[in-house]
Amino acid sequence: MAFYECNFVTRPDFSKADVQKLTDTLSKIVTDGKGSIIKSEYWGLRQLAYKINKMSKGHYTMLGIEANAATLKELERNMGINEDIIRTMTVRVDSMDATPTVMLQSKSGDSYDAAA
Amino acid sequence: MNTGFKPRGERSERPSGGAGRSSGGFGGGEGRAPRGDSAEGSEGGRKVFFRRRKSCPLTGPNAPAVDYKDVKLLGRFISERGKILPSRITAVSAKKQRALSQAIKRARNLALLPYVVQS
Repeated sequence: MAFYECNFVTRPDFSKADVQKLTDTLSKIVTDGKGSIIKSEYWGLRQLAYKINKMSKGHYTMLGIEANAATLKELERNMGINEDIIRTMTVRVDSMDATPTVMLQSKSGDSYDAAA
Repeated sequence: MNTGFKPRGERSERPSGGAGRSSGGFGGGEGRAPRGDSAEGSEGGRKVFFRRRKSCPLTGPNAPAVDYKDVKLLGRFISERGKILPSRITAVSAKKQRALSQAIKRARNLALLPYVVQS
């Protein structure tokens, strides 16, 4: 079992409840595959640094999971199929704890456009 | 100052070198004359300027961890155009520069950072 950070970006016209529902669906895939969710973070509706499919904003969510390769593959397959998810990225990390990441610590307007 | 000149004069053994030294007295004023390149001539010794090397901002006990999610940190290491800045400008160590470029590319993939900034 390895640790992974699964990021996905959903359409901007999604409501927060829709994102929550989608996160629960994906989390279930992990738990069904004998994996565990270590952290589930919603980063909010952020400005994208460039347009993706003509969308300029997106809901960012990150799942910190511990899972085996087969479960991860199933999770990635489901994220790829879902048309409401416009971008995904999974990164393997060496260790993970439940402390919130930088994204949640500095929530106040730190989007790229604000900094630039 | 005169003691600084003497060893070099003996080594170069050139008439032109002697002429350069007489006119380039200011070079000796900085105490850098012995280190100046003899090939550079009269003014070479003065132009050599050693700036103290800055230490790596990402190495050390309380340095921030390089992470693709830390957009604020990564933003300091890209140009206005969106390009990754070379480490000779930012003084990042080679090891951290590799980690940094990896993190910036990941952040770009997630549209946290731009690939290119159109002006």
